[in-house]
Amino acid sequence: MTHEPNAIPSRLDPERVPRRDLLGLTALWTAAGTLFFSVVGMMRIPKAAVLSSPSKKFRVALPDTLAPGVAYVPPGRSVALFKDEKGVHAISTICTHLGCIVRPETAGFECPCHGSRYDAAGVVTKGPAPKSLPWLKVVNAGGQFTVDEGATVPPGTKVSA
Amino acid sequence: MSVKEPPSAPTALQEFVTNLKAAPRRIAETAVRSGTPDTDRTRSTFIFGNVFLHLHAVRTHRWTLRWAATLGLGIASVAAFLLTLITGVLLMFYYKPYTDVAYQSIKDIHFVVPTGRLIRNIHRWAANVMVVTVILHMARAFYTAAYRKPREFNWLIGMGLLVVTLGLSFTGYLLPWDQLAYWAITIGANIAQSPREVTDALGLTDVFDPGGLQKLLLLGSDAVGAEALIRFYLLHVMILPLALAALLSVHFWRVRKDGGLAKPADVDQRLGTPTVPTYPVFTMAPNKTYQLAAIVRGRTPAVGRGPENTVPSMPHLFYAELGVFMLTVLVCVALSVWSDAPLKELANPLVPENPAKAPWYFLGLQELVAFSAFAGGIVVPSIVLIGLGLIPYLDRSDVGTGLWCGGPGGWPLVRRSIAVGLGIALAVEAFIIRFGWLREWIPGIPQLVITVVNPGTVITLLYGAWSVWMVRRFSSARAGALALFTCFLCGFVVLTIIGTYFRGPNWGFYWSPADWPKH
Ligand code: HEM
Ligand code: FES
Repeated sequence: MTHEPNAIPSRLDPERVPRRDLLGLTALWTAAGTLFFSVVGMMRIPKAAVLSSPSKKFRVALPDTLAPGVAYVPPGRSVALFKDEKGVHAISTICTHLGCIVRPETAGFECPCHGSRYDAAGVVTKGPAPKSLPWLKVVNAGGQFTVDEGATVPPGTKVSA
Repeated sequence: MSVKEPPSAPTALQEFVTNLKAAPRRIAETAVRSGTPDTDRTRSTFIFGNVFLHLHAVRTHRWTLRWAATLGLGIASVAAFLLTLITGVLLMFYYKPYTDVAYQSIKDIHFVVPTGRLIRNIHRWAANVMVVTVILHMARAFYTAAYRKPREFNWLIGMGLLVVTLGLSFTGYLLPWDQLAYWAITIGANIAQSPREVTDALGLTDVFDPGGLQKLLLLGSDAVGAEALIRFYLLHVMILPLALAALLSVHFWRVRKDGGLAKPADVDQRLGTPTVPTYPVFTMAPNKTYQLAAIVRGRTPAVGRGPENTVPSMPHLFYAELGVFMLTVLVCVALSVWSDAPLKELANPLVPENPAKAPWYFLGLQELVAFSAFAGGIVVPSIVLIGLGLIPYLDRSDVGTGLWCGGPGGWPLVRRSIAVGLGIALAVEAFIIRFGWLREWIPGIPQLVITVVNPGTVITLLYGAWSVWMVRRFSSARAGALALFTCFLCGFVVLTIIGTYFRGPNWGFYWSPADWPKH
């Protein structure tokens, strides 16, 4: 409906928001702006800046009797360590599917949750796991080994014992 | 006019005593201002004078009161929710959301706190009952085509309610901090992370990682731990119940504003004249005249029946609601006496529960997730939710509103869709249980192929094809919706039953837990 400049506004055809309602518009827009920025600000809270998880580095001594191809799982860790003539390596035992802990089996790993299976190098051979098990960084600390669960290395990387 | 001399004005003390004696009666009168709801008018004021009751209309259509109209499922959901609310608050007296004491506090509730076990059982059972009734209530609304104009938006609100109900249940599942809880939530959180399945395959994860962000927001850490427990607790006792209450208020309000429940257009003919005696209505009807104003004041000559085939909500609707309410309470309490809520060993982040199972209503999803986390846990559920949300906006006709299986196709179509839905789900499941899936045949197949082609997407695609066929055959969106909804409901049932009863260690298929390997 066109708005005649001189027409007397009726209840059915109310006058437009006039310029002198600057105050009202300011209130409206500041309210909208405040809401927007405070929500954005509050969204920052749930995204943790520092993760509460315990240190991912740990030191371990391998048993002398550890046979090649047999996994050694340090108590309290989700890592399997192996030793052979080429050296020592560590493979994460956290299933890449949905995070269950895989069991080292002969020549590979098996996940109890949805039956994923990995070979000795951690490559998926069966089941829903989308990726291979990552190899973890190992450093020889003079007889003992430091494993960093937070750092991966290319598969095949071994550290001399 | 002669003015009578008052005998003798009461003293202030006498007046005080009289008022004191009258106080209880007056308190009652002022609380319920309209008096006993025994006339038509006081029955109305009883409702609209009360802030809680006035979400109801003053009068209710007789169609709505037939039990076949709703099966009482909405009220049963409310009843179950109130039960979880009351028992939940009681549990909060003793529950402690810290990883070192949470498990012990549940044990205390279960074994030491007086009636603690019953309260906990009722909480758990009512939560389960609520999920069932909410799903069935949605099915009722769907099959009676009650989502149509003007109720489209209330259908969307209802979907919000479904999501929040499932969220409550999922967050509550972690709180006992036992093996069951820990591993179900670990799996759930990694499903939230599963968009990485695609971003990893495309090599994008370093720059674009929505999956990782979702998991981080959910757990506040990279594994289920103290942060996750606090978050889940906060969601469970505060944020989600408040969200549910807010959505519920809108839901009820709109039911009323949309003119009560959906009814067929020819509802009066269908009902015929009342055969059951109704409470006398409009007893103050004058014998001769009535006018428009008189209707407003509650007067028309009709006796026993209002102008719109309605009866007073008090008592007809309220007593029916109370009946359903009490029945729900009975069912929940009976289940709680009969069977205890589970509590396994303390959570152990090093040894997964085997099999690790989520609550039963997520086991259908878990069955799909056992092939591709992203497709089964995110893509298929999203398709289902979006599809459900679009139904009222795609089906714009009004044939069969308010009638079971109303609309083109009707019950024969639904019957055939049940067969198709069960058949496809069972066939695909039988196939994968017998022959395995892609990776077993082609080792080294790229993950992206499995994410796209897996049992979840195959079933969804077949259901979609059936539904499109029905749309064309009946040239009606409603026929397609009937087909698709029925199929998904059947698929849900099949997958849930397989996940619950036929999956054992390593998610292997077993006819019965007796066949599970010992370890
Ligand atoms: C529709 C709503 C709700 C559902 C579906 C639900 C579901 C659950 C579930 C499945 C559990 C695990 C119970 C167990 O293992 O025994 C739980 C625990 C708990 N819920 Fe709820 N709940 C709901 C509402 C509430 C409300 C409103 C509160 C409090 C205001 C609450 C407080 C608690 C507490 C403190 C626990 C821990 C105690 C325990 O695990 O036994 N819940 N809930
Ligand atoms: S978590 Fe290992 S197969 Fe699912």
